[in-house]
Amino acid sequence: MGGNGAYVWSAYGITLGVLIWNVWAARSRLKRNLRLAARDGEPEPEGRQPRVSQL
Amino acid sequence: MKLPIWFHRFGSPPYVYGLATALAPWLGGSTLILLLAGGVWGLAVAPPDYLQGEVYRIIYIHPQTAYISMMAYMVMAVAAGIGFIWRIKLAHAVAVSAAPIGASFTFCALVTGAIWGRPTWGTYWEWGDPRLMFELLLLFLYLGYLALRAAFDDRDKADRVSAVLAVVGIVNVPIIHYSVLWWNTLHQGPTISRLDSPAMDTSMLIPFLIMVAGFTTFFFWMLLRRLQAEIVEREHGTRWLQSLVRDGAA
Repeated sequence: MGGNGAYVWSAYGITLGVLIWNVWAARSRLKRNLRLAARDGEPEPEGRQPRVSQL
Repeated sequence: MKLPIWFHRFGSPPYVYGLATALAPWLGGSTLILLLAGGVWGLAVAPPDYLQGEVYRIIYIHPQTAYISMMAYMVMAVAAGIGFIWRIKLAHAVAVSAAPIGASFTFCALVTGAIWGRPTWGTYWEWGDPRLMFELLLLFLYLGYLALRAAFDDRDKADRVSAVLAVVGIVNVPIIHYSVLWWNTLHQGPTISRLDSPAMDTSMLIPFLIMVAGFTTFFFWMLLRRLQAEIVEREHGTRWLQSLVRDGAA
């Protein structure tokens, strides 16, 4: 790189880091939200359901 | 003016979520191919510049990230404006999805520009240079937009208030673009968009354009992924989302 390798490679490295961060952040947020949606959509465990005698 | 009959579908979260699921792999694949091809071509095949030597190779990432930083703001502001005027919640979801991508690319454009500036201008940063200043202002607009949203617990209120900031800030985008023509600046003038002919040799121009295409597909890929996450968050508890999660189709 004609003595300018540090400039070129650091610029490419930072850009690659930004690209990877974007992919990771979008992916992890989607996964987290889907996991929350799945958890809240599950029926209540039977033991925690109110029974007639408790009402 | 009547809208086409199919247009209303783009206001439907289940339709847009499904569309994003179908399109995202194609955009991801295209991004990978384009960035690999353009990156290798730009770094290893394209000849060195007669004046700048090898350091000019930053041209294959810096203008692209700067262009994405402005395009992301346009997408954010237009979507926020549509959401504000027509009260379309999905438009607000698009706006908030574009913001972090735009902010990260603005940061990247500023840093890669500073790195390029050191060997070519003799300085990393020049206070008072119009393009640098307005690009920095763009970063503050993104951060302000995200901070303003975070300040509200009520999402509808956050949507409306942050939309105003996004729309007002759009005036900064043409200023960034034309700043090199309107003021004396260290930054070089237009290279690719000159009307007569691009001031770049074809051997350098082709990988440059491939990288532009690669960064563009990357932006829309990320936009769709973030939009999906935003839709899932906003549609929490709805029947279609529950059945989607239950069926494992997500």
